[in-house]
Amino acid sequence: MSMHKPVAALALALSFCAGTAFAQSPGLGKPITEADIKAWDIAVLPDGTNLPAGSGTPAQGAKVYLEKCSACHAEGGKGGAGPGAGPLVGGAPLTTGIEVAKTIANYYAYATTLFDYVRRAMPENAPRSLTDTEVYAVTAYILALNKLIGENDVMDAKTLPQVKMPNRDNFILPYPDRI
Amino acid sequence: MSNSNHRGRAPSPEPVAGNGLINRRALLGQGIAIAGAMGAAGTVTGAAAEPLKDEPWSLEFGSVTPPVQTPSRFEKDVVRTLSNPNGEFRNSHARTPHHLLNGTITPNGVAFGINHCGIPDIDPAKHKLVIHGMVRQPLEFTLETLSRYPLVTRPAFLECAGNSAPMFSNQPMQVTAQAIHGLVFNAEWTGVPLSTLLDEAGIDRSAKWLVAEGADGQMLDRSVPVKKAYDDALVAIYQNGEHLMPGNGYPMRLLLPGYQGNMNVKFLRRIKVIDQPAYTFFETKNYSQVLPGGKTWRFHFLMEVKSFITTPSFGHSLKGPGFYAISGVAYSGGGRIAKVMVSADGGKSWGDAALQGPIYQKAFTRFVMPWRWDGQPAILQSRAWDDAGNVQPLRAEFVAARGETKQPVATPLAFPNQHYNSLTSWGVDSKGEIKHVYA
Repeated sequence: MSMHKPVAALALALSFCAGTAFAQSPGLGKPITEADIKAWDIAVLPDGTNLPAGSGTPAQGAKVYLEKCSACHAEGGKGGAGPGAGPLVGGAPLTTGIEVAKTIANYYAYATTLFDYVRRAMPENAPRSLTDTEVYAVTAYILALNKLIGENDVMDAKTLPQVKMPNRDNFILPYPDRI
Repeated sequence: MSNSNHRGRAPSPEPVAGNGLINRRALLGQGIAIAGAMGAAGTVTGAAAEPLKDEPWSLEFGSVTPPVQTPSRFEKDVVRTLSNPNGEFRNSHARTPHHLLNGTITPNGVAFGINHCGIPDIDPAKHKLVIHGMVRQPLEFTLETLSRYPLVTRPAFLECAGNSAPMFSNQPMQVTAQAIHGLVFNAEWTGVPLSTLLDEAGIDRSAKWLVAEGADGQMLDRSVPVKKAYDDALVAIYQNGEHLMPGNGYPMRLLLPGYQGNMNVKFLRRIKVIDQPAYTFFETKNYSQVLPGGKTWRFHFLMEVKSFITTPSFGHSLKGPGFYAISGVAYSGGGRIAKVMVSADGGKSWGDAALQGPIYQKAFTRFVMPWRWDGQPAILQSRAWDDAGNVQPLRAEFVAARGETKQPVATPLAFPNQHYNSLTSWGVDSKGEIKHVYA
């Protein structure tokens, strides 16, 4: 085998990575299109980036909740007996103490987090089994239980990022220089 | 042990701090110094030895040498403790038995694991890692392709942000170092620098964040600063020389040395380069902290400098006065361990412990402190410094800044808060029994 071929390949790789300091990558990554990644590309950002089509209301969500969520989280989001299915409604003030339970109402900064987590992880025995419409609906139901939106508000890609979460401005970055 | 002077030839071990701490120089290959440190107890008052005889295992052909070996049956207690042994639909932890281990490398079989939705059964031939978002060309990698890269190897500790959480209790919980500190381990990791893969995809260097995501049933994801990716992040595929254990991320995981364990995303299948943090569930809720007064910390990446004594510790008992080696681990997400001091009198006086090198960045360093116990009550503590100047806070300082619970915490499985890095104190009574105390 010629000793020159890897050098040539390296030179080619270098030419593709102009401007990078560490460019001896063997270049074994296989090109893929964003279209082919779409099924995995589910992370929703707080400004609403990547929210899917669809919409739901608290009333629609109440039905989804009863069928898919209440077995663990109990009726009305009160929380189940097990330690993994905490309450989805209410929450003590954070001034209660350092061990206060962190909840959607007293802690979350963005409503997109609730949508994203339900969509990727719930219900735990069948993750990714809810349709996007069902996720919007059950998100709306939980937000309404917490009086963070009105009973008739519709949650969709436009309205969800606009929900004002009470604790949003209460966070400090301990290590801003690491970002 | 005043009669130690009768030995004559041994130099008298130099005390460095109260309650029997001995200068660490006694450990520097000077057997005679250790003999002096032991006093006469071992040689003069010890029971007379009996004539030797052969045991049965010396008189028979032993068992088959197995393909994968497991510890001796006499080591059956060296196991992880489980938080959710029945696999209920919630997270499950298995904690490392630090009080039964030594050295700095944690064996893979007892390396701690937390899995938020069980352990996925991943076929490595089907697993894919994609890098996309703000890149010139999205790329897909497999275990096979990553294995062809020039791999790098380094040690690093990996610690759950909730490790040591029982110490937020306002009363010391009477549990082992495993129960308190079992959510940290140290391993030698082998993998591909993440920067190599990001460069290959042609990252837009104006991007400040990545979202890293696993292939588990929650697709657990965390936002990671690009800065960390270009500092020392790896896509790790080996742990202590073998492929990752399933519960530690098989077949590949993100390794962010010194950063919260949860950010070291296991079963890594996707990295998306983005222009803002994703505020994922785990960085929104579990892995951010409530401070006294109600303010909250987010993106608290760093696991700060910490140390704890593993032996002797709760669950051990001292077999009479005499020489003991106090030993434990120290580590810091901020750099190399520079110094560990040990106290045997609850912090009234301190002596420098011996550090066992080589000392690596963001990895366990074992410390040893020779000690002659006089049979009186003692309180053993360790305190670590790193080479960036960070020091492990005293408990009073830590509680003033971070708080403690109003009521005693009922179970060590609870996480009243996170990022505890203050001192651990083991109280030895006159019988040699050891309790967990605050001092």
